[in-house]
Amino acid sequence: MPSTDDLKTRIEAAIPGAHADVLDLTGGGDHFRATVIAPEFASLSRIEQHRRVYSVFGTEIGGPIHALSLETRAE
Amino acid sequence: MSENPVRDAIQDAIRDHEVILFMKGTPEQPMCGFSARTAAALEALGAEYAAVDILPDPRIRQELSAISNWPTIPQLFVHGELVGGCDIVSEMYESGELATVLGVDGGGTPAPEGAQPGAAPMQIENRLG
Repeated sequence: MPSTDDLKTRIEAAIPGAHADVLDLTGGGDHFRATVIAPEFASLSRIEQHRRVYSVFGTEIGGPIHALSLETRAE
Repeated sequence: MSENPVRDAIQDAIRDHEVILFMKGTPEQPMCGFSARTAAALEALGAEYAAVDILPDPRIRQELSAISNWPTIPQLFVHGELVGGCDIVSEMYESGELATVLGVDGGGTPAPEGAQPGAAPMQIENRLG
């Protein structure tokens, strides 16, 4: 079962310069909310920013990570 | 006719409906809080939209995500383009962008007529008045 620290570490490792804050919304280890701030988001649309974060987890989204709610911005 | 009738049906539905929401459950009976919230934003703006329940057939979700390159449900499409999921739609609702994208004034004026009911092998819950 992924933890908020796991998600934070993986997002920050995958996206250069990213800062992530991750909450477990239900305490069940499968519904998360992440706020991700990354410089590269400045050149991406909101859809592309979310895709970028989702891509860190691939097929885990919808699987072990049932839901990952996102807020993304460049700074 | 391609070898993937489910994908064809989804693509037809996205093309044929000006505003279409793929969700878990129906607007009246959403089966997930994120789907409920997204449908509620559309309802609050008085938008006309088609809705597809993805739950009856797992292939719908699989093919939809393959088409849209978006892993989660719900997914809102306007004029054939993915607008986003619950987070983006909620942000856009709050900022007023959603009303602009949908061509409504936010006060409950229906969107211009355009989309027609489609005959697809999926259950499309028509919200087109």
